[in-house]
This record gives sequence, structure tokens and C-alpha cells, in this order.
Amino acid sequence: MAKRKLSRRRLLAAAAGLPLAGAASAQVIRGDMPWREGEADAPTPVQGGGYKFFNPAEAACIEAVVARLIPRDELGPGAVEAGVPIFIDRQLIGEFGRGARWYMQGPWGSGEKTQGYQTRLTPAAVYRAALKSIDDLVGREGKAATFAKLGPADQDDFLHRLEKGQVQLSGVETKTFFDMLLQNTMEGFWSDPIYGGNRDMVGWKLIGFPGARYDNRPFVTQYGKPYPLPPVGLMGRPAWSRS
Amino acid sequence: MATRLPPVDVLIVGFGWTGAILGQELTDAGLNVLALERGAWRDTPIDFPPTFDQDELRYYWRHELFEPLAHETLTVRNNVSETALPMRRLGSFLPGINVGGAGVHWNGQTWRFLPSDFLARSHNQSRYGAKAIPPDMTIQDWGVTYDELEPHYDKFEYLCGISGKAGNLQGAIQPGGNPFEGPRRREYPNPPLAMSYPPTLFAEAARSLGHSPFPQPAANMSRPYVNPLGVQLGPCTYCGFCEKFGCGNYSKASAQTTILPVLMKKPNFTLRTESEVIKLNYDAAAKRVVSATYVDASGQEFEQPAEMVILAAYILHNVRLLLLSGIGQPYDPQSGQGVIGKNYAYQITSSVNVFFDDKVLNPFIGAGAHGMVVDKYNGDNFDHSGLGFIGGGYIGNIQTGARPIETHPTPEGTPKWGSAWKKAVAANYLKSMSIATHGAVMSHRGNYLDLDPTYRDVYGRPLLRMTFDFTDNEHRMSDYITDRAAEIARAMNPREIKVNYRKGSWDVVPYQTTHNTGGAIMGKDPKSSAINRYLQSWDAHNLFVMGSTAFPQNPGYNPTGTVAALAYFSADAIKNQYLKSPGFLVHA
Ligand SMILES: Cc1cc2nc3c(=O)[nH]c(=O)nc-3n(C[C@H](O)[C@H](O)[C@H](O)COP(=O)(O)OP(=O)(O)OC[C@H]3O[C@@H](n4cnc5c(N)ncnc54)[C@H](O)[C@@H]3O)c2cc1C
Repeated sequence: MAKRKLSRRRLLAAAAGLPLAGAASAQVIRGDMPWREGEADAPTPVQGGGYKFFNPAEAACIEAVVARLIPRDELGPGAVEAGVPIFIDRQLIGEFGRGARWYMQGPWGSGEKTQGYQTRLTPAAVYRAALKSIDDLVGREGKAATFAKLGPADQDDFLHRLEKGQVQLSGVETKTFFDMLLQNTMEGFWSDPIYGGNRDMVGWKLIGFPGARYDNRPFVTQYGKPYPLPPVGLMGRPAWSRS
Repeated sequence: MATRLPPVDVLIVGFGWTGAILGQELTDAGLNVLALERGAWRDTPIDFPPTFDQDELRYYWRHELFEPLAHETLTVRNNVSETALPMRRLGSFLPGINVGGAGVHWNGQTWRFLPSDFLARSHNQSRYGAKAIPPDMTIQDWGVTYDELEPHYDKFEYLCGISGKAGNLQGAIQPGGNPFEGPRRREYPNPPLAMSYPPTLFAEAARSLGHSPFPQPAANMSRPYVNPLGVQLGPCTYCGFCEKFGCGNYSKASAQTTILPVLMKKPNFTLRTESEVIKLNYDAAAKRVVSATYVDASGQEFEQPAEMVILAAYILHNVRLLLLSGIGQPYDPQSGQGVIGKNYAYQITSSVNVFFDDKVLNPFIGAGAHGMVVDKYNGDNFDHSGLGFIGGGYIGNIQTGARPIETHPTPEGTPKWGSAWKKAVAANYLKSMSIATHGAVMSHRGNYLDLDPTYRDVYGRPLLRMTFDFTDNEHRMSDYITDRAAEIARAMNPREIKVNYRKGSWDVVPYQTTHNTGGAIMGKDPKSSAINRYLQSWDAHNLFVMGSTAFPQNPGYNPTGTVAALAYFSADAIKNQYLKSPGFLVHA
């Protein structure tokens, strides 16, 4: 595992132009398929509660925002109940938040829509600027001090205007933020629970996705029949562990 | 200063699908072969075992198996009047990195091109007249025929254990297969995959309209298989984490599951990972590549001399290395002169969502190439008179596994969030499916690859610049076959459908396909092509360029069957002709 992690980190470190002191040279592989026990590069589950990226004001804002994007309603839990804010928080303190895999060298230009993402901000910086700007804008509009303090209908109205580009955030392009927010919210609702969202697999249960099922052969030709098994995550499902 | 290393017989640059094929073939010929791969070693038990392989976030959305753009990317623009900007995040296509290349996370849809595809210019000209090909459409014949490639297609299909049903056995049309395909010498090595409900519904509807649907040829195993090298693959479990994922179950053909267990044991083969080739050192007077310069993980430079060099780094890196090394004349879209970067092409896709009220489809049951297909509107399988375009594509329902972050379709007019959205997603997820079209892109004078004047990689070298857009030909063709797909969708009697035409300019953001082609195309002479029919460079006789790099234009099928057939065709020529008398195999 150490070897493999190092390889990946090395590539990214090299990309960031960091010194590579002490890194081993190329691996020469001859005579067999290399394999050693315990090298499997398993994912690291999110541990512990509480925010590590968002400050209290940002946390209140993001919780209120995602609660409108995927609301709790008669169909069941929404984004907050699924843990989406914690999911986004942990993504933003990790590789994703740093844009570690992205090409982040200048010069910076805005270009055509078909040329894609062109801002110099990392996702962490995008959220930092956007959440502050949302609260500032709401405060200036005067209905409430912050987004979280607006009523649901006003919150929806604000988000609709954000989506349509009718309010302009400062320090970050509105569309860049909104697209990222919506995408990350879906990710937090439907990714494996090890990443902190999709708590109790509520996202999967809502739609009938069985999760990390390994063998669907018995069901391939069961035309029109409901899938009989409950969803399962990479760490199993709640019923597997007794507390 | 680069450290100079002892010479080898053969140096392979890049160790994905084509690198592994050439490694296996040329070590069989007794040569001493060294492969250099920029990424790390990668294999099933350590990188994507069944205990954590089914992870949509990590592998697809966080791109863990794909090229990290921080290290190297390319710049994109739709035409020469725009300033190209870097592809900062992955989107439209997903180049691979690490051992096995993109072959680790491909779908396994394994096609042969049509016999007429190899004669794109002459065939269309003779059937529809010279005017059918607009002046700026720079399509060419390949210089190799279907019949010449047939044994090599067959070899790849048996290596991989392709599951499918022949449609044309030595000229006799077979019920249940693709009636339009070229003749094949024998059946597929494995029967088709078991079909789930959606492809079955698609096929019924297609048949009701007079089509001949058939199972998508699949590199997913329909049963246990031992390939001709003695390597064993297991039956596919339809887990739905296949396309964009590694297979935890040894059920999808890749270099790892078909070749490496044999090749890695050979005493005359060596692999160096984390070794990135930054330049081929070219002796223009001798018309030879003398060595390659590469950088290892610690940043040290090495010079590796070789008698022969196989460029197998994927089309985008193949073309960039040729440009950075000054091998061959760069293409100039103004004059139409030059060959390196010429005729870059892609794929044009569209889809139709189909929503039922009464059918539970369990769309998460799937595999990368699990589905049914209609080929009536591909290539020249139909009369194009009066249609205003040439070429075509296939129409199919491929159930690749509806992983929910990527796939949660909603009907026309549904908001993108909120309670109404949530309701629509919950109501439709299990009861919807999608029909895809997968179309050809003809080459065009203004679509090409060169070096970017502004943007640099981590070593300070210019990035590749891609100038590409769909032309009228592609849009007309794609709209036409999308309408045919919608007819099939309606014949399924759903509650409603949603037709998603491919509108406007090529956009780098949404994923389409990793079927980039051209840039160092094959052909009959050095004026119009970069490599000859054996994939040998016209400018360096000991340099062979693999991959879809060679395609003069991109037919309506996924490329890898043909990429592999060309690789075997080239390996045969190296073994049977080149080694006997090293030099140009075709005289200009
Ligand atoms: C999501 C996805 C789905 C696909 N599905 C299908 C499908 O269903 N059917 C189909 O036909 N095709 C499919 N493809 C395409 C298929 O994967 C490619 O056609 C095939 O892998 C190309 O083989 P290659 O050898 O040219 O490149 P690759 O297999 O990508 O190998 C190239 C290798 O070269 C290495 N390399 C690059 N530059 C350097 C350098 N400078 N020095 C050293 N090493 C270098 C790379 O790291 C990589 O390992 C799919 C691709 C993707 C990404």
C-alpha cells in the first residue's frame, strides 16, 4: 500500500512542481507479475463528525442550501439527512478541494463555453468565496441576515435566481459555483457511504439502486421482477454489524 | 545530462493495449524488448479488487484511473479563429495512465469496421459521385483492406474471448448476428452475454420495424474462458461497474487479463514503470530513431538506445511525441500540406431516453458491452442518395450499469433540483432506459492537432493543441440516425421519450467517448500520410506508430478492435519482413 500510494502522490507532487527529494527511481519489473500481500489500495472511510473545512457561518449556509436542492419531504430524507454537508466538507479538505488532478497553470482566459472550466480557483476557494457572497447578497436584499435565516420559499427563489445567473456572486463565477454545488450534492447523496454522505444508503433506497452488489447473474433475465436484495455499501450494510 | 543506457532490440513507448500486443508478438520473435510506461504498475488485486471496485465516486468522478491533467493535458478550441485553452478538468474523453492504459477502464465493445469503411473515399465517390465528398472533407482510403485485416481481427477476438454472434460466416449470413458485417472466418469464441430486460425490449421493437438487432460484441465474458495464450478469464457477473472502471472479477479483457501473465514471465521482456518518454531522438539523415529520452519518478533523465521503436502511447501522446521530436512534417490547415496532426477525428453520439410506467427494468444490471444493436444505419449499409451526408453509426441499447450519480434520468421539463426533481428521479430510475447512437466523424481540413504556442506541461514542453468541431456532415448524419433511434423508442410503447440530439459545436465538458483518432494517419504515400500500411513511419524506417492515430477518418464503431487488428498486422510485417531486411517496407 505504501508503495502504491507513493506512486500516485509522486505524480501529483511532480505536477505541482514540488521537490522530489528521496523519491525512488523507476520500477524495473521483470520475470513476473509483481504482487505483495497487503498492497491493496483500499479507500479511506470518512471518520468522525464535525466540520473540518467549513466555519460555522459557512456550515449553516451549505446546510440550508443543500436542504433545498434535495429536500426532506414525503418521499423521505433529503441531502442534510444523508450527510451531504459533511461529504462536501471532507471532499474540500482532500485532493478534490485542492484541484490536485487539474491543470492549474496560467495564463487564464475565459474562452468559449465549449472550452470548459477556466477559473483559477480550486474547489475549496470556489466554496469559500461563494458561500460568503451568498450570505452578503441575502443580507443586502434585506429579508434576512443570512441565507439560512430565509424561509424555504425565499431560499428557493434565491437559488433559482442563482441558477439562472440573475444574481451575481463576487469573487467567483456564479455558474461555476452552481454547477459544482449541484454536482457535489448529487455525489454526496449517491456515492458510497464511506465518503460521509448517503447515510444509511438513503440516496440508494430512494431510487432502488442496490449499491456495491457484486454478482447480478441470478437476476439478469428476471424480466420485470423487483430486485430482491437490499442495498449494500463497500463496508457492508447496517444489518451486518450488531451493536 | 541524460544517463545513457545499454541498447535494446525493441523499445515500446507506452504500455497499454497496443504496447502489450507488440510486446507479446516481438518477444515471441526472440527480440529483447523493453517497455517504458509513464504510470505505475497496476493490477486487479491491488487496484480494483471486488472488495472496493464498485466505487462510482472514486473511479469515475474523481478520475482515479485516468490521466492526471496536472501533469499533462492538451488545449482545445473549435476552430482556428479561437484561442485554444487548456482542458483543465477531464470531460469529453478520458485518456488512460498506468500499466494497461485505457484498456483497463474501457467498455469492451469490440467491433470490426465494414469492408467499405477502409475505402471511404473511393467507395463513396464511385457510389454517389465525386460531388458527394465536399472539397474540405479530407477523407482517404486506408491502404489496407478488410480482407487483409480479417485474420488479425480474429486473433484479437480470440485473445479477448469476445462474446457475440457471427452475422456473416465466410459469406453466409447468419440469423441473429449482424447481417451487414464483413465475412468472418469463424464464430466468436464465446456466445453472447445473457440479455437483461431493456435490451430485450429494444430488440423486440427494432424487429417490429423490420430491423435485425443482434448482441453487441463484448469483451465481457459470457462464460469462463481460457485464451490461446493459456490465460484464464472468469464469467461476467453484470455488476455494472465496468465502463470507466477496472474489472474486479477478471471478466473483462484487458492487457492484464489476457497478455501480461504470460509476457511478464518472459526472460527477454522488461518493463520500466514511472518512466515517461519526453522525446524520440531522430537521425534525419539515416531516417532512423536512435533512442528515446525519458524521465523517471525522481526527475532523472535517461537515454535509451534501441534498434526499433514502437510508439504505443495512445493517439494524443503519439502525435505529440512525433511533433516534439521533429519527425515528419507538421500539418498546416491553411495550405493542406504536411502530415503530422492531419485528419484528427472523433465520434458523434446522441441518445433517446425512454420512460415506462409499467416496466421494472433494474437498469443497474449491466456490463460495459451488454446490450443489443442495430447496424442498418452505419457506414454505407443504407442508401445515402439525397441525404446530404456520408457515413453513419449504430443504434443500440447498451446497459452499462446505471450508476446513480451519472444516471438518474428525468422527463422533459423536470427542474434540476428540489422536491419535483426528487419525485421525478424516484419515479423513473427503475423504469427508464436509453437508446444510444454512435456515429462516424469524417476528417475535415480544419480539424487537426499541433503544438500549443502558450501552454506548457510540467517539464516546460508545449502541450498538444486540438482544433476540432463537428461539421454539417456529422450533424446531418447524427440527426438522421437519432430520428431512427426515436422511431425504435416509440415502437416500445413507452409513456414518453426524450430525444437528445447532438446540437452545436463540440464541447469538451460532457463525456462523449474516448475515441480520438488520426493525427499520424496511414496511407499510400508520404505526401498524404504519416505512416504506411504497416504503421511504419515514412520518415524513420525503424519507427512503428500504433493506435487509432492511424485512422484517416473515424468510422461509426468503437475503435479498439481495429486498433488491435492493425497492431497485429504491423507486428506480422515486422516479424516476417522488417527483421529480415530492416528498411522501408513500402517504397515511396
Ligand atoms: C471509458 C472508456 C471506455 C472505452 N470503451 C471502449 C469500447 O467499448 N470499445 C472500444 O473499442 N474502445 C473503447 N475505449 C478506447 C480504448 O480504451 C482505446 O482504444 C485503447 O485503450 C487504445 O489503446 P492504446 O494502446 O492506443 O492506448 P492505451 O491503452 O491508453 O495505452 C497507452 C499507454 O501509454 C502510456 N503513455 C502515454 N504517454 C507516454 C509517454 N510519454 N511515455 C511513456 N508512456 C506513455 C499511457 O500512460 C498508457 O498506459 C474506451 C476508452 C475509455 C477511456
